Amino acid sequence: MNKPAAQLDVTNVSQDTHPMADLLRMDRMPHIWCSSCGLGTGLTCFIMALRDSGIPEDDVAVVSGIGCTGRVAGYLNLDSFHTTHGRAIPFATGLTLANPKLRVVVYSGDGDIVAIGGNHFIHSARRNMDLMVICVNNFTYGMTGGQAGPTTPISAKATTAPYGNYDYPFNIPYLAIAAGATYVARWTSLHMRRLKNSMLEALPKKGFRVIEIICPCPTAYARKNRLGTGLDLLKYYHDNSIIKHGADPREANIDMNGKVVCGKFLDIERPTFRDFQTENIGKQLGGE
Amino acid sequence: MGEERRLLTGEHFLTGDHACAEGGMAAGCMFFGGYPITPSTEIAERMSVRLPQVGGIFIQMEDELASMNSILGASWGGWKSMTCTSGPGFSLMMENLGLGIVLETPTVLVNIQRGGPSTGLPTLVGQADMMQAKWGSHGDYEIIALAPNSPQEIFDHTVKAFNLAEIYRTPVLVMGDESVGHMTEKVVIPSKEELEVVPRRYTKKKPGEYLPYDYDENELSDMVKAGDGYRFHITGLTHDERGYPVINAEKQDWMVRHLRDKILKNKKKIIEVERINLDDAEVVVISYGISSRVAHRAMDLAREDGIKVGMLRLITVWPFPDYMIKELAPRIKAFVTVELNMGQISLEVERHTAGKAGCYSLPHAGGEVHKPEDIAEAIKEAAK
Repeated sequence: MNKPAAQLDVTNVSQDTHPMADLLRMDRMPHIWCSSCGLGTGLTCFIMALRDSGIPEDDVAVVSGIGCTGRVAGYLNLDSFHTTHGRAIPFATGLTLANPKLRVVVYSGDGDIVAIGGNHFIHSARRNMDLMVICVNNFTYGMTGGQAGPTTPISAKATTAPYGNYDYPFNIPYLAIAAGATYVARWTSLHMRRLKNSMLEALPKKGFRVIEIICPCPTAYARKNRLGTGLDLLKYYHDNSIIKHGADPREANIDMNGKVVCGKFLDIERPTFRDFQTENIGKQLGGE
Repeated sequence: MGEERRLLTGEHFLTGDHACAEGGMAAGCMFFGGYPITPSTEIAERMSVRLPQVGGIFIQMEDELASMNSILGASWGGWKSMTCTSGPGFSLMMENLGLGIVLETPTVLVNIQRGGPSTGLPTLVGQADMMQAKWGSHGDYEIIALAPNSPQEIFDHTVKAFNLAEIYRTPVLVMGDESVGHMTEKVVIPSKEELEVVPRRYTKKKPGEYLPYDYDENELSDMVKAGDGYRFHITGLTHDERGYPVINAEKQDWMVRHLRDKILKNKKKIIEVERINLDDAEVVVISYGISSRVAHRAMDLAREDGIKVGMLRLITVWPFPDYMIKELAPRIKAFVTVELNMGQISLEVERHTAGKAGCYSLPHAGGEVHKPEDIAEAIKEAAK
């Protein structure tokens, strides 16, 4: 039943026959994403991973912030929350703590998660909060028209960096690992099978899991930097991605025309916030 | 650990902050996300002791932005939740107070007011956040805000705030102040039988039939929680009955009117005041929180001098009891508004008096309470 999306015939797909109609809010289609943006591919991978995981769909809640990626929560036919800019993680923190049966997924963009929400990201990683964070990195603020952000490579142009960006970017896997995340991977939107497998691996795990998806933004980032279409960017990912599991995250910086280190950087076990608290406070209170 | 430790029925000697925490416990709070800030910190400290005793969770978040969001998330996860703050922390919570209002999320935010602006007077009293309570988040909305004037009342009002939050599906503010938060007095915690606690009103509809913003004749709607199979979506964007974003003027009008109407059309059910000596009053003092206790003393002093003065003590400050001001104005000489700010609620009083009585205010920037003698002088002036 679940053919890989790359093999699907997407011509003449009606709302009734879309192969993922059960997990999409078809009454919200068409979506807002541009042609050849990578967000749809990432979402397809997520839906495939969710199906394969066997996790009951009613137990999954998705929380997004603001931006192009922030619209994911509104398109998934799950309990879903579209919150304020940068605040998906603290909202999701309350949700997962109040209802531990939920598998809570934060699905948002790089500006949302590591700029305005950066403080929440590092503290949630420190706590090993039981959240799976999917951070789509397109190197720009796409929805507002292509401003520089916390991931914009040095020298890349943006509407707020007309002479090129000379403001050092974050390396998201390095940041996540330094702050205490227990599962960290990065793929581009070209790596559909590997991305889906990472999502499938991370979904049933506990703790703070981060998957970064490098994603083409043809309309804002690519156009401003004369990088071609979304397809050209996928070709770039094809030629310049290096898959290196267990790579030193310090070597995973992304430069303007450099290599993109992909793979699983980290996969360890550490008690989550809730487990750590319950065990230790429980002992002091005498337990049940 | 268990529910038997939730309600500390009996007589206690408590600070206002601790009484507030016990109010949250009594109301069924299971989640507290907060950030320490004077003079509200003792509420968080007490909740960190108390919540684990009943299987709830206390979490110290990284800032007040996160605190406010965490209590919204917890509420949609199915737990009653609260936070507390003061001064600059209240400003940081404004962003997602707005989200709570638009998502229509029951939760409670306690502000133990100190002197401002900015860092201001961390350890000293103020009441200058009253207009921020009403208008602090961007956009048009209505809010419910209570103003306790004693440790007993902050216990009672916190329970009441939780109840109103559930009935009206909205964040409710408890606007305390440093004096009430830090004073220690007798607090009676009632038995379970004596205590009114409003449980969450979950929908009886089945998945597929439920709409998050489907209002009844009283402008109210039912809740669900995540994980129950409803597959609901909610957003901070302007939305329709389904919770789906709709970006146009028509739905904006529909949504904003609902957010206002659910409070304003029910305001006579929400508003609580204390009426003191109003029958023969020619001068009416309007006051709330700690100021109302000083004003009460001033009223007694003026009565000793033969002035016919009464007091309308605001227990609910928002929604504002405009109809009470309109009813009193034509039959009295003047209102005297006593509050620890440069004139916030006094402007509301003046607006609704509409020239039908005199309006006096006693501006005070905070840091200490008014002197009763100064208020008594103002009452005498107003009676002339």
